[in-house]
Amino acid sequence: MSIEGRAWVFGHNIDTDAILPGRYLSAPLNEAARHAFESIAPDWAEAVQSGDIIVAGRNFGCGSSRENAPHVIKHLGIACILAESYARIFLRNAIAIGLPALMVNDVSSLIMPMDKVHVDLDTGGIQVQGVPKVIHAVPLHPQMKLFIEAGGIEGILKTWGERKHE
Amino acid sequence: MGQTIAEKIFSHKIGRQVRVGDFITAPIDRVMCHEGFFPAASKLAANNIDRIWDPQRVVVVLDHYVPSPTEKMAAVHTQIRQMVERYGIEHFYGEREGICHQVMIERGHVRPGELILGTDSHTCTYGALGAAAAGIGVSEMAYVLATGELWFQVPPSVRIDLTGRLADLVCAKDVSLVIAGRLGAEFAQYRSLEFAGEAVAAMSLSSRLVLSNMSVEFGAKFGIFPVDHHVVDYLRSIGVENSYPITPDDDAVYENNHRFDISEIEPMVAMPHSVDRVACVRDATGEKIHQAFLGSCTNGRIEDLRVAAGLLRGRKVSPSVRMLVYPASALVYRQAMNEGLLRILSEAGAIICPPSCGPCFGSHGGLLGPGETCIASNNRNFKGRMGSPDASIYLASPATVAASAWKGAICDPREVL
Repeated sequence: MSIEGRAWVFGHNIDTDAILPGRYLSAPLNEAARHAFESIAPDWAEAVQSGDIIVAGRNFGCGSSRENAPHVIKHLGIACILAESYARIFLRNAIAIGLPALMVNDVSSLIMPMDKVHVDLDTGGIQVQGVPKVIHAVPLHPQMKLFIEAGGIEGILKTWGERKHE
Repeated sequence: MGQTIAEKIFSHKIGRQVRVGDFITAPIDRVMCHEGFFPAASKLAANNIDRIWDPQRVVVVLDHYVPSPTEKMAAVHTQIRQMVERYGIEHFYGEREGICHQVMIERGHVRPGELILGTDSHTCTYGALGAAAAGIGVSEMAYVLATGELWFQVPPSVRIDLTGRLADLVCAKDVSLVIAGRLGAEFAQYRSLEFAGEAVAAMSLSSRLVLSNMSVEFGAKFGIFPVDHHVVDYLRSIGVENSYPITPDDDAVYENNHRFDISEIEPMVAMPHSVDRVACVRDATGEKIHQAFLGSCTNGRIEDLRVAAGLLRGRKVSPSVRMLVYPASALVYRQAMNEGLLRILSEAGAIICPPSCGPCFGSHGGLLGPGETCIASNNRNFKGRMGSPDASIYLASPATVAASAWKGAICDPREVL
């Protein structure tokens, strides 16, 4: 499975309050997504296009366990996240909703804003348009790939629910 | 080979010795859901899953939107009540009991050696009672509700060795801020933090709860204390017998070992907007504040209210400050009432609020306007956390919060005359 899109580059320690402020936690996804990253990149939510990729530094997603954080990112069309490291709860939440999140050493210095990037989710190979050298992400562990390929936990639950009717 | 507490707990759960890095699937002892129960259980309902694996192992507490700030959340609470009944969940604590983590501890739903998950990142708080406890999102919670198990990767353990004893008016919160300042907000990324040392042996349960609670702010998966007589005695006092006295093996292997002499620690603050932007309070004094928040799962317990009341007895909160006091639970509230603490705080000019999360996560109950500064006893000071992204939050101990409320500016509690 592979992904191709434009890169949006963020820094270190992007927290879940920045990704989705507390006051929008109970808002419908459509509305909440409009405010994603509002305090650090006010026009970002509007500018994102389907298939785009987030590139970030260390400790991406630190803070709360709010699943709406990866949800709004996915809802806006982001196809995958490449970060140097993740807060574990965020990483697990991204996987749980079927949003690929890969760890890549030094990635925020290797990929520039609006670079066109190709990501091979199986091998973890990342190709930046115009750059010959392939960047290597830590490939997703099979345990995590399972959830991504099933479409997240929703996909798994759906399968169980359908099975009950057979 | 010797094992750390996390390794022992995982090994015990799956019936074989685990090693760091192993991917395992483990049965869960208990789950805690706050209002997150609504989206989690809705996913079951949407997929015709009409049974929870073991309703006895599920605790549901309403705390984040209490009393309900909107019609919409009132409707959510109604739906939660219906779902609790439909799924046969007995351990349901509605709006009157307090913050989920405090309720879990007070009502005996946390036992040493257990693997506990919750729909809140501060589920790690239960590590103070020797449990491996962590926060998860609502989809993972739906999965656990359906199956009673979840996958894990066994984390490395990092040891925090504490020696010495806290000086007067220096609190466990100050210790956690010193740890953050020295080691950074990511030092324990996906690690099980284990607290040890002579200072731990002398530490009250309340102080341990602070340190376990703050562990997630350093990236930790778990923040665990060894089980000793403090823990066993507390559990016995609330009717929980036969506690598993879990401690690490003498030859347990830790990835890292950090030592702190807590005798040297002074009152600290975490400056906006990061928990590791730490300074001594005496270097931040004079910064004007508009709101002082005493409460949260970190520091809303009786010990915290006592410290604050001790400083504010016979004194007044500065007229330019709103001091909000949110006791962590109804039990804390009533005990504070009985000890006269609420009277002292109210007479000082503090506003006594319902046991709940309040403004901690930016929803309601005391938000900050643009340009305002708050000193808070909670656990996060990210930009926009408590309202306007144009506001500033300083994290501090209950003593520092109370002193600053009196002064009208950030103030070292030792300066209160």
